[in-house]
Amino acid sequence: MSEAVVREGPRRRSMLSPGQMRRYLTYLILTAVCFIWIYPLLWMLSSSFKVPGQFFTGLGLFPQEIDFFNYPDAWTQANIGADFINTAIITVSGVLIVLFVSSTMGYALGRYSFPGKRIVIAFLGILVLIPQGYTIIPIFDLITAMHLDGNLFGIILAESGSAHIIIILLFAGYFAQIPRDLEEAATVDGAGFLRTFWQVMLPLAGPVIATGIILQFIASWNDFLIPLVLTLAQPALRTVAVGVYFLQGVNQTNWSELSAASTISLLPVVVVFLLFQRYFIDGMAAAVKQ
Amino acid sequence: MTASSGMVRARPVKPLGRRIWEARWCYLFMLPGIVLSVLFSLWPVVASWYYSLFNWDGINKVMYWAGLNNYRELVHDPTFWADFGRSFLFMVVTVPLEVGLALLVAVVLNDRSLRLAPLYRTLFFLPVVMTTAIMGIAMQFVFAAYQGPVNEALQALHLIKAPVSWLGQPSTVMATAIIIFVWKWMGQPMIYWLAALQTVPSDLYEAARVDGARGWERLRSITVPLVAPFGAIIVFIIAVGNLNVFAFLQALTGGGPDYASETMELFIYRWAFGAATGGASGTSLRLGYASAAAIFFGLAVMLIALPQIGLVARLRQRGFSLGRSIS
Repeated sequence: MSEAVVREGPRRRSMLSPGQMRRYLTYLILTAVCFIWIYPLLWMLSSSFKVPGQFFTGLGLFPQEIDFFNYPDAWTQANIGADFINTAIITVSGVLIVLFVSSTMGYALGRYSFPGKRIVIAFLGILVLIPQGYTIIPIFDLITAMHLDGNLFGIILAESGSAHIIIILLFAGYFAQIPRDLEEAATVDGAGFLRTFWQVMLPLAGPVIATGIILQFIASWNDFLIPLVLTLAQPALRTVAVGVYFLQGVNQTNWSELSAASTISLLPVVVVFLLFQRYFIDGMAAAVKQ
Repeated sequence: MTASSGMVRARPVKPLGRRIWEARWCYLFMLPGIVLSVLFSLWPVVASWYYSLFNWDGINKVMYWAGLNNYRELVHDPTFWADFGRSFLFMVVTVPLEVGLALLVAVVLNDRSLRLAPLYRTLFFLPVVMTTAIMGIAMQFVFAAYQGPVNEALQALHLIKAPVSWLGQPSTVMATAIIIFVWKWMGQPMIYWLAALQTVPSDLYEAARVDGARGWERLRSITVPLVAPFGAIIVFIIAVGNLNVFAFLQALTGGGPDYASETMELFIYRWAFGAATGGASGTSLRLGYASAAAIFFGLAVMLIALPQIGLVARLRQRGFSLGRSIS
């Protein structure tokens, strides 16, 4: 036995155990695959610093000459700055509306039973299946008929209008598991339905609110079909996704400037995602777990 | 308090009107959500039927009665049927690729001894949060025929002799679009699978290890049976999502070349709004015709999805459900 220990000792030091070996191999493969996976994103980022004439210059990620002017050019000449502000307004308003609508609806559905509840749930379930391509023509017509086609509010409303079933379900599930005692204490204190919701229940729902904000922020920022259709005749109302889309093919496309514009428009979602990743991933995972 | 004592005794059946009145706050709380859903989801579904019976260019206020002419024309339009089939083909091909690849990555990342797994998870997930339309445009450069990085790399590896116009020819455009789509969205089912894998208790693995089960055996006899029910939900969510590919394809190919990558949504968009973007078609807009196509598409999606909802609902009943509430 002591012999075995003696023999084992130096071997351990010089060589890796099979488990470690496998771990390092996994890391090696994962790193290679991940590099290829995000290479297109890195390439786009590097291209945004290229001198316009040198856009297609091989696979390298480090341009020979660095040109920072693509960014101010994209912001002002290509009008991405104005689009960026539009998108920010649409996104923030969309998040507020969706949170309000989903939290109240989730509260009613998660915490109470009432006649017609099953119908509401079935109705919400079916709405998820309706493809956006199906509804876009009447939405366009409706926004025009409501005379909202000349301002951002039309886009905000149309985007907030589709059912946000995941966020509603998150709220419903969260409110459903809050103990009854809290509510009874509030009732004893004389709080009505509204005050119980606003002062007792909603403050407890912090994690769901955070998840809802992140999910809706990314969804609103990235939306394309609704802002595209609603701004066809109103270029001043364009969002960044639509603005970048129309940058290509106008006269001679300046690819470096287009890359810079793309990078600017992607920056907020990437930053928000990286900072609040946990909430986003928890929110998404809830779709499967529930 | 009264509710709980009421439950101990035989539950008194209150008249419906009384119960509705007692729940008035619930209805008020649901009102904003219901109003928005009716305006922007239910009304459009109904209005599409109406529009589809007219000839209407969307610019003039006048709509001309067309009866069923739009439908009659549609069933004889070869582009419509090609696009209709392509939508579902796209879904049928991308779903198994996306969900399968995601399962593979999730199983690798679920290893608890990999301390850096969250970092890799973030990197794999990054394309999912990126604006789809902008990714589509960026991918035009990456797959560009002239000195695009993909062609450069494949030529350097001697896998192809001459650059290929991946997105510029009808024979390769769909396959290329499918590869890019799977790349863009794989992170989503990966997160779903990771969530599912985390529900498997780790002591089960420990017990299996003690019993001498090897990695592959553990995967087959523990992981797969326990996460299989989640698989049905994941496939369903991804399948419904993969019918909504407008932003992706419109930005990547615009449906071209020669309509070779046009799906139903792009067909609807082209007829309803296309000419306004300065499209080459030059024909006038036909919102009625587009509406008829939208109805065909919407009905087909419903017909495929509704039976699966029953299945998903049954699977969901195990965990949390909306039914759990104060009675």
